[in-house]
Amino acid sequence: MKELLLIAVGSALVNNVVLSQFLGLCPFLGVSKNVKTAAGMGAAVTFVLTISSLVTGLIYQFMLVPLELTYLQTIVFILVIAALVQLVEMFLKKTSPGLYASLGVYLPLITTNCAVLGVALTNVQKSYGLLEGVVNGFATAIGFLLAIVIMAGLREKMEYNDIPPSFQGMPIVLITAGLMAIAFFGFSGLI
Amino acid sequence: MNVCRERLYNGIIKENPTFVLTLGMCPTLAVTTSAINGVGMGLTTMAVLVMSNLLISLLRNVIPDQVRMPAYIVVIASFVTIVQFLLEGYVPSLYDSLGLYIPLIVVNCIILGRAEAYASKNTVLASVFDGVGMGLGFTLALTCIGLVREVLGAGSVFGFSLPDFFETATIFILAPGAFFVLAVLIAIQNRLRRRSGKPVKDTDALCSECSMCGNLLCKGREDKAEGGEDQ
Repeated sequence: MKELLLIAVGSALVNNVVLSQFLGLCPFLGVSKNVKTAAGMGAAVTFVLTISSLVTGLIYQFMLVPLELTYLQTIVFILVIAALVQLVEMFLKKTSPGLYASLGVYLPLITTNCAVLGVALTNVQKSYGLLEGVVNGFATAIGFLLAIVIMAGLREKMEYNDIPPSFQGMPIVLITAGLMAIAFFGFSGLI
Repeated sequence: MNVCRERLYNGIIKENPTFVLTLGMCPTLAVTTSAINGVGMGLTTMAVLVMSNLLISLLRNVIPDQVRMPAYIVVIASFVTIVQFLLEGYVPSLYDSLGLYIPLIVVNCIILGRAEAYASKNTVLASVFDGVGMGLGFTLALTCIGLVREVLGAGSVFGFSLPDFFETATIFILAPGAFFVLAVLIAIQNRLRRRSGKPVKDTDALCSECSMCGNLLCKGREDKAEGGEDQ
């Protein structure tokens, strides 16, 4: 239980997926204009990342390892993730239209989110078991949700600020992300 | 030969993948803690890009349109795996410092973007040169960012330390420094653009390029879905 908690805190706060590993930067910068859509994106990522770390974990441990095909992991994982996102989308569309309406638009964007592949590969690299892998995936996604919602909140406030013309748009968002990354350094004492 | 030179110029300057198209931002920020890492990542990506452009251009009349996206991903992932093993075997120091970001070349928008936008429609030679040009442009950009961060953060150039005439700020080789350096580089670019009367890129530029890849995937999926219904 203690190890799981350490993994969770570690990947949600200390090694935040966006702010210290730079994974999932595209949605972080692109879909963070207001808090509501940012939360939607975060929720969709949480959903997919948890399921995908379970499925890739299962495939790795019960197919690739017994067949000694672990060198195919990158190819298998990316195809599994692409197929999985599609499956999740179809499943949600049929079973829960409400959830689909709120998450659906973000789902296609997640396939190219490097955080999903990144977590699957990290789980293998750190030789996490199935449960540890799922906890790691879920916690990473919570870290992403936290970062993107904070970012969106800051950007909503930034609308009213007087920013030097050259820094308007992308540069000021990157500076804000940098300051957030410094703030997240504060968590490194936790573990 | 003209088309080759044009492709090289296009990739390095006119459509530089990092500074002009703002594609593939994750590795750009993550591995540029030193100039040498930037060069390594750039060349690794270039190798994958050239090989995948070559193969996809060769197969462009064979791959059915409905399944082209999965096919491209398989081709790219295979080359990434090969390159990963070559690095592990022959340049273990680079393999260790790039780590997780080598397999993540698969999801780099530049490679899938070039496969879809150029290699699938053009001759083999032109596609290879397109890959070389884009790869060199990417390498150049990563080296620039890496150089700035290494000089400011560690006070060295390509691993050789400079005489210490200024105080180094370690923050530049840590995560926040990456954001700051890229922000300033884009701000400088915005200023130059404004001066020469070109439109300034807004935030959506970055987002749209990235979602372009996402949309390409969606497009492939829609095509597939339609193909499925036809049968």
